[in-house]
Amino acid sequence: MNNILNQIGIENYIFLSVILFCIGIFGVLYRRNAIIVFMSIEIMLNAVNLLFVAFSTYHQDAQGQVFVFFSMAVAAAEVAVGLAILVSIFKNSGSISIDTLKNLKG
Amino acid sequence: MSILLILFCVLAAITLSTAFLTVFSRNPIHSAIYLVICFFSVAGHYLLLNAQFLAIVHIIVYSGAIMILFLFTIMLMNLNKENEVHKPRITRLGAIVSFCLVCLILITIFINSKPIAGEYIATGEDYQSIKVLGKILLNEYMVPFEFASILLLVAMIGTVLLSKKEKLEK
Repeated sequence: MNNILNQIGIENYIFLSVILFCIGIFGVLYRRNAIIVFMSIEIMLNAVNLLFVAFSTYHQDAQGQVFVFFSMAVAAAEVAVGLAILVSIFKNSGSISIDTLKNLKG
Repeated sequence: MSILLILFCVLAAITLSTAFLTVFSRNPIHSAIYLVICFFSVAGHYLLLNAQFLAIVHIIVYSGAIMILFLFTIMLMNLNKENEVHKPRITRLGAIVSFCLVCLILITIFINSKPIAGEYIATGEDYQSIKVLGKILLNEYMVPFEFASILLLVAMIGTVLLSKKEKLEK
């Protein structure tokens, strides 16, 4: 198992995470439902984490994995606060379509 | 074609297709379930890269905690109906164009950065077992580790405050 990158190649991991990241961007731009937008943000975070782990294996360095660990902690905090905000928006306006959130526009 | 490459291709196909289905399915509950499958296949990629600790943490945090949070929110808002109106056609076209452009640019950047990153040489040194990770985490990264706990505490307090029922002042 030690020579996994010799058999698979770092390019394949780069392609996979770039396409995954772009799917996340696509979801943020394409959908109106704020929950799906949040899920797309999670997909983007996962793509970056995957590339971190792949390059950590490539350089035989554990610091990339430590960074992924911290980014998971931040993602958990972000989702908790974001979903609480969504619930209170839903209580106030009755919908979570991101096109109706125009109160701050002035 | 080695068995690892076949395994990688199957996992990558599962990851990409479920991510696409997450974005495209009309019902938010279906999106959440596809996202769970996507997270499990990403954990499979971590196992393939021999990062056992991260694979376990990923399954616990993402597939366990975050997805349960998503599912509960969807059920609380009673959103499992398919009445979402689409964005205007020009916006959707713009989304597709920007998807293709960002894909192209990022792949070009990463492929051209190959000479800087250097060649891969397997030294056989142990660098990603739980023992080594724990030593690095609690020696070099001690302060960020403690700040992560403060961050989680603050997020918890903030969530409780945000979702608390407000008292009417009269």
